[in-house]
Amino acid sequence: MPDAPGLELIRGEIERDCPGAVLATSFDRAQAALIVDPARVLDVLRWLKDQPGQRYDFLSSLHAADYLPAQPRFAVHYELINRDRVERIRVKAMLEDAPPAGQGHGLPEIDSCVELFPTADAQEREVFDFFGIVFRGHPNLTRILMPDDYVGWPQRRDFPVGGEPVTFTYNEARYD
Amino acid sequence: MTEATVDREREIMTVNVGPHHPATHGVLRLVVDLEGEIVRELRPVIGYVHTGIEKSCEDKSYWKVIPFVERMDYVSYFFQMEAFCGAVERLIDLEIPPRARYLRTLFLELNRIHSHLVWLGTTALDLGAISMLWYCFRERDKILDLFEMATGQRMHTRYFQVGGVIEDIPLGFEAKCRAFAEEMPIRVSQYQDLLDRNEVFLSRTKGTGIVSRERLLELGVTGPLLRAAGDPWDLRKAFDYLAYPEVEFKIPVGTVGDNYDRYRVRVAEMVESARIVVQCLDALPEGPFIADDRKYVLPPRSELSTSMESLIHHFKLVTEGFRVDPSEVYYSIESPRGELGCFVVADGSAKPARVHFRDPSFVNLQAFREMAVDSYVADMIASLGMLDPILGGVDR
Repeated sequence: MPDAPGLELIRGEIERDCPGAVLATSFDRAQAALIVDPARVLDVLRWLKDQPGQRYDFLSSLHAADYLPAQPRFAVHYELINRDRVERIRVKAMLEDAPPAGQGHGLPEIDSCVELFPTADAQEREVFDFFGIVFRGHPNLTRILMPDDYVGWPQRRDFPVGGEPVTFTYNEARYD
Repeated sequence: MTEATVDREREIMTVNVGPHHPATHGVLRLVVDLEGEIVRELRPVIGYVHTGIEKSCEDKSYWKVIPFVERMDYVSYFFQMEAFCGAVERLIDLEIPPRARYLRTLFLELNRIHSHLVWLGTTALDLGAISMLWYCFRERDKILDLFEMATGQRMHTRYFQVGGVIEDIPLGFEAKCRAFAEEMPIRVSQYQDLLDRNEVFLSRTKGTGIVSRERLLELGVTGPLLRAAGDPWDLRKAFDYLAYPEVEFKIPVGTVGDNYDRYRVRVAEMVESARIVVQCLDALPEGPFIADDRKYVLPPRSELSTSMESLIHHFKLVTEGFRVDPSEVYYSIESPRGELGCFVVADGSAKPARVHFRDPSFVNLQAFREMAVDSYVADMIASLGMLDPILGGVDR
């Protein structure tokens, strides 16, 4: 982990190259996190991955969380590792619920990082599947664990537990 | 379009493998485009055993989540428990006593041997070496006996608790465990005698399923698959957790990263794990096996009939559970399949607001297409076995 001053140094350097991309930092439970502008998340990830002397080039996990009732409501977390220095850093992009009604599909959007980290492919699909967060530019953004014809975003906090009718017919037609 | 390509197109046949086929090691479905016997395209279809465990965890108090997460990757249940309990301990800033650290390390390494034995038995079975299954499951049964002796259960033991382990190891466990750990390297060399000079096994594994180290890193692959490609990346060495900094062990690596290297790396890891088990038994510190913080840890049962305080603590913990201040933690450990991460969000209540597992099988499965495309369909089965996905962990 970078320590708290180390995290501020990284923030300062990113601020120099991509002004305004990092909104805040958090250093909690010995874990360093950069809270970034969701529109600029790729800039920050690319900087962390390619900047000489940083090289956080291994994406170990990508996941999301729903902080309802807080606003902005969703967050996508990127857990990066610098394997030379053996340090972890978390990049966190907070997302508003959805664009105003009547525009697009009514789901929150963020840029896909599959180009930078091919490992994100399945994990972004999982986040889409469970939270309904759309990753712009993902090559194949479909449901991965839930049935293809499933309606709803089950890991959202306002999605109830239980009462689910079980069907086994969803994938009959797909690969015929 | 030339005539030749038309003919070629016509020869492509799409075959559905699974989801219920013994060689898929679980409920995995593969949609395979074959040209003759050559795999040209491959789409894994997953989700058949998705049971919404992560969602169910949000409805349970912290200590009731433990048996749920155990059932994700049902072959390495101790690792799931450690990932979750470790994450919660970091959230509440609770240090576990030295004896608990050693006991956890001991059981994790026994579980690693157990997991690799299941892998070796079933994968060798796929490759036609049926006798391996019986030998591997003989040793696996001894490990399950040890688990039963210490925890009362053979699988899904619920042995790790937030703060330590649920109870101390019983009398006689140490001798039995030591006997097993000293026998294990001999057994491993017997497996190697059966396989290492077996012409069929060698020709099926050598040079098949190669993916370069750089590509594996891009795909986020960790664990024995990455180490077989020559990258000594092991979270046990990289990050300090439990008793791993205090025990001595080596990280086996491969050279070319084919299926044979994957086999060699895992077999060598079993020997290293047996060494760690012996060292843990040697260095096992005396003292409590669970932290003494009554806000988070159940009081000893003997106190309940004499101490009102203990009874209140017990009642509060069992009915409501403990509350955790709003925060979030990502804690990852080296499971038999790679980096097993657990991400927990606390919102101040007695139930986690989010529990997410970064399952190594789920991520590693992305490399399967590149391991299998343009190889024989028989090698695809071998590569799948060497990938060692556990579908309970993939689907959660």
